[in-house]
Amino acid sequence: MAQIETKNVDFYYGAVQALRNINLPIEHNTVTAFIGPSGCGKSTLLRLFNRMNDLIDGCRLDGSVEINGQNIYGKGVNVEELRKQVGMVFQKPNPFPKSIFENVAYGLRVNGVKSKSEIEDRVEASLIRSALWTEVKDKLNRSALQLSGGQQQRLCIARALAVEPSILLMDEPASALDPISTSKIEELIFELKKNFTIVIVTHSMQQAGRVSDKTAFFYMGEMVEYDSTTNIFTNPKQERTLNYVTGRFG
Amino acid sequence: MMIGNKKLTQSIFFWLFRIMSTVVVLVLLTILYFVFSRGISTISWDFLTKAPEDGMVKGGIFPAIIGTLYLIGGSLLFAFPIGVFSAIYMHEYIKKGKIKSFLQLMTNNLAGVPSIVFGLFGMALFVNKLKFGDSIIAGSLTLGLLVLPVIIRTTEEALKAVDDNYRMASYAMGASKLYTIKKIILPIALPDIITGLILSIGRVSGETAPILFTVAAYFLPKLPHSIYDQVMALPYHLYVLATSGTNIEEARPVAFGTALVLVMIVLVTNLIANGVRAYYHSKYKK
Repeated sequence: MAQIETKNVDFYYGAVQALRNINLPIEHNTVTAFIGPSGCGKSTLLRLFNRMNDLIDGCRLDGSVEINGQNIYGKGVNVEELRKQVGMVFQKPNPFPKSIFENVAYGLRVNGVKSKSEIEDRVEASLIRSALWTEVKDKLNRSALQLSGGQQQRLCIARALAVEPSILLMDEPASALDPISTSKIEELIFELKKNFTIVIVTHSMQQAGRVSDKTAFFYMGEMVEYDSTTNIFTNPKQERTLNYVTGRFG
Repeated sequence: MMIGNKKLTQSIFFWLFRIMSTVVVLVLLTILYFVFSRGISTISWDFLTKAPEDGMVKGGIFPAIIGTLYLIGGSLLFAFPIGVFSAIYMHEYIKKGKIKSFLQLMTNNLAGVPSIVFGLFGMALFVNKLKFGDSIIAGSLTLGLLVLPVIIRTTEEALKAVDDNYRMASYAMGASKLYTIKKIILPIALPDIITGLILSIGRVSGETAPILFTVAAYFLPKLPHSIYDQVMALPYHLYVLATSGTNIEEARPVAFGTALVLVMIVLVTNLIANGVRAYYHSKYKK
């Protein structure tokens, strides 16, 4: 069974339809990349998986989004519980203006974890997982805003991992970073997929090619093609996909 | 020719802007000089710590200083929580739409009500209807109403200045709205909220009209015993000295001394406001 599955999803911002009839299954412990030109709906779809679009006025969804077989838009779904299962990393690194330690501990405190030793252990484990531990272990009480952009983004990943979600959504996580920081994030994604299901929105086709197992190409709110990353980049079935991945438009 | 004209226009407006802003600074400096030069000779330890004597032409202004401090404390105790809570509601809870525009319109209108009208309203409601009489509580509540829009607006600006990315990050962690406000938004907005609070101290300490019919005493050398007592207050004392004392000419130095104390209170609170803001801003960067 797919871990995430959208069924006949139509999505509207007011009168504007942003997504058209999306049917997409995403498997356990894989990396799935969403590619497509700006405004194609890929970020909108990503934000349906943790209901972040709920925060926008006047949006509407038809169809269903199922995570582990449960429709997350069904009645009685606790959005806060959902978001603990489905972590998110944003385009712009957005650590809180708090210490490095408190940033990672935030989700644990949200969850009501009180034990000091448990918090310390899980903060350390998350920082190790996000490949940041060796760089920050001596300055955990310093402000997170003093870190470089790339370190801040790995801190945001650590923050998301601390509550042990099963799914990690990444919305262009490296687009604001330099090439070295970007390659660190990509290595990290490769490591993380052993334990997490990762969905990543990216503008960089090279990045999609490097990190993902499967790729979905979106155009004007439609999912044009969804296949293994190798097929999408070397042997796409649709002409629009071919044109996009070969750089003829977008 | 065209290019020459453009350059001329540029420099005319540049100098216009520059002269106008210089005028603003000069006006402030002139007022300060005026008050300082005439008031400073009156200021002494006795002036600050003793009650007025001899038909208020001698002695000090201690009861008025204390009265003003009570009114500052009382009005903010009342207005600060109400203002901050309603700003949080308006900015964090209600979505854009008619209710929000209506609330904002009402807040702005409240800010535009002349202070003498607040005074009349305070007299009608707190002094007469609720039977508080002329008292610290009636005056504090009236002044509180007056600064409510100031606090609401500065708090709203402070909340608006909090980057939405922080809210997103917190919600994405599964935090509730209340938890996000408590742990993320308010700590970030706090320095600006406190700045607004301190600025409203300046406003409260200087207003005369709202306290005229609600609390201010013409001459009351005793200090108050409860919130139902009247007090003297600096701005009203100044008004009395300048217009209706027993000997206006002789009271002039006392009047300028009082004005200097009042101006100093406002200046010092504004400096504190800037200090607090600078301190918190540097604290977050560490």
